[in-house]
Amino acid sequence: MKLARDTWLVFQRYFGIFIHNPAWVAVGVIQPALYLLLFAPLLKSIADVPGFPHGGAYNVFVPGLLIQLGLFGASGVGFGLISELRFGVIERLRVTPVSRLALLLGRALRDILTLLLQSLILVLVALPFGLSFRPLGILIALGLVALIGLMVTSISYALALWLKDENSFAPIVFTASLPLLLLSGVLLPMSLAPSWLRTISTLNPLSHAVSANREVFLGHLANANVYQGVAIMVVLAALAIWYAARAFSRAIA
Amino acid sequence: MTPAAPEPVVEISELRRVFKSRRGPVEAVAGIDLQVFRGEIFGFLGPNGAGKTTTLRMLATLLPPTSGRALIAGRDLLSEPDQVRWQIGYVGQQGGADMEITGRSELVFEARLYGMGREQARLRSEELIRTLELEPCADRRISTYSGGQRRRLDIAVGLVHQPQLLFLDEPTTGLDPQSRARVWDEVRSLRRAGTTVFLTTHYLEEADALCDRLAIIDHGRIVARGTPDELKREVAGDLVTVGLEGDPETALRLLREQPFVREASAEESSLRLYVERGESAAPEILRLLDREGLGLTTISVSRPSLDDVFLRQTGRSLREQAA
Ligand SMILES: Nc1ncnc2c1ncn2[C@@H]1O[C@H](COP(=O)(O)OP(=O)(O)OP(=O)(O)O)[C@@H](O)[C@H]1O
Ligand SMILES: [Mg+2]
Repeated sequence: MKLARDTWLVFQRYFGIFIHNPAWVAVGVIQPALYLLLFAPLLKSIADVPGFPHGGAYNVFVPGLLIQLGLFGASGVGFGLISELRFGVIERLRVTPVSRLALLLGRALRDILTLLLQSLILVLVALPFGLSFRPLGILIALGLVALIGLMVTSISYALALWLKDENSFAPIVFTASLPLLLLSGVLLPMSLAPSWLRTISTLNPLSHAVSANREVFLGHLANANVYQGVAIMVVLAALAIWYAARAFSRAIA
Repeated sequence: MTPAAPEPVVEISELRRVFKSRRGPVEAVAGIDLQVFRGEIFGFLGPNGAGKTTTLRMLATLLPPTSGRALIAGRDLLSEPDQVRWQIGYVGQQGGADMEITGRSELVFEARLYGMGREQARLRSEELIRTLELEPCADRRISTYSGGQRRRLDIAVGLVHQPQLLFLDEPTTGLDPQSRARVWDEVRSLRRAGTTVFLTTHYLEEADALCDRLAIIDHGRIVARGTPDELKREVAGDLVTVGLEGDPETALRLLREQPFVREASAEESSLRLYVERGESAAPEILRLLDREGLGLTTISVSRPSLDDVFLRQTGRSLREQAA
């Protein structure tokens, strides 16, 4: 009860701050939109290559873009936390009896809400290009984005609390995100990859999220890949939240 | 009726904190014992890096001590941190308000975190805005506040839940004299209302003028404690500072032997002499140096200040470091 109330209060506060600077939504959308406009057309010509999944270039590409949005949109949230650490905001909040988990969840909820907003915009932009989906499918897809968002924001916050400094945070985040992205099959499906690369990519949880999301956009909602992808993301998100909540409750020495 | 015995609000024993760093462990607080009594303004005076913030953060439940114990308002810091949090307010060295929102919404948010309902939180914020004279800026973004307004808002945020004990970490650092005076007024009116204030400072005047009692801390250790007057009395006598043309060693040797000089030390080209009565010692010193042919550039007599207390305990001047 207290957790829910505190989470809601923290969410409201950070959402209020965010509303004052809606430029971030635009920044978040522009990048995937550029992929959509400037990269997806290339896929059209290779959509007939053997190994390329069926269902049309956009139905293959947009699900991956959504996952990428989840990863890139969420990984930078730690920057905001670092500046708050510097201004003493986090110390001040930790002196109050507020639930430590709420300090994490309230912020993460705000981040996820923006991710979902960006995802919706992306899907809408892709519609005229021929993207198709089932109503339930879009809910599952957004659920996946939310789970990835929870996982990645939690990790980003934990990392920020640990490093407390942009100069060490930035390189770690960027170096970690790129292989995660390349090995997830977002840009080109992993079915085109040589087998060694495909083997490595199965170790990347995001590749399972991408496969799950592709099935969803192909209309295969009850596919085993979907169950697997969602299950993996639920477990990882829970672990990440647990880890980050611990970081929030421990002293920020 | 006899006055009630002072009731301790903070009782610290053997509190210690060691940080791990790349260059080995740093003992920021080296085992301190301390009591702060109800209703007083207690000051922690010390130079940069003395361990003031580290101590305050430990007492405010933000940082686990490496060892030692503390009772805050009768609650044990280590086993009941949640209880302690309800009793204390903490205003950190960097403040802690977000730049992007208004002061009023920060206050309301803080009040809600302490469990107040919407209406109660609104009323309490209004009350604090009035008491701390934040009306002109309460509905502006905090990034537009002046330094003094910022500091008063930070204090208001720390007072939202009417804590019995307020920690203020360097409440006036970087403020102009007027803003500083207003913060002092605020702290004094808190004392009138019965709130105990535990503040840190590296300003001598602040410690002297504002604090009922203080502890001087250096390198994580308390080197002196008492009321400002007690501390100054400990230094014993007046200070005569003599500027010399040449090497001070000869003069030092000569003056040390004089019965009226209690303590003497040399610093580059000047001598610091603690004497019983400065007025009569000065002419005597002039005579002695003149007889020995030791050229003298300046001479001054001063009553001891807290800086002299610090100097005597640590061999360094706080004033020079603060500058
Ligand atoms: N997180 C930390 N890790 C390592 N060392 C630390 C840490 N925090 C403080 N220290 C060290 O502990 C010592 C005491 O620091 P502290 O911040 O308590 O000093 P202070 O008296 O508040 O100084 P100032 O007047 O500059 O605020 C310093 O040497 C500082 O470098
Ligand atoms: Mg400090």
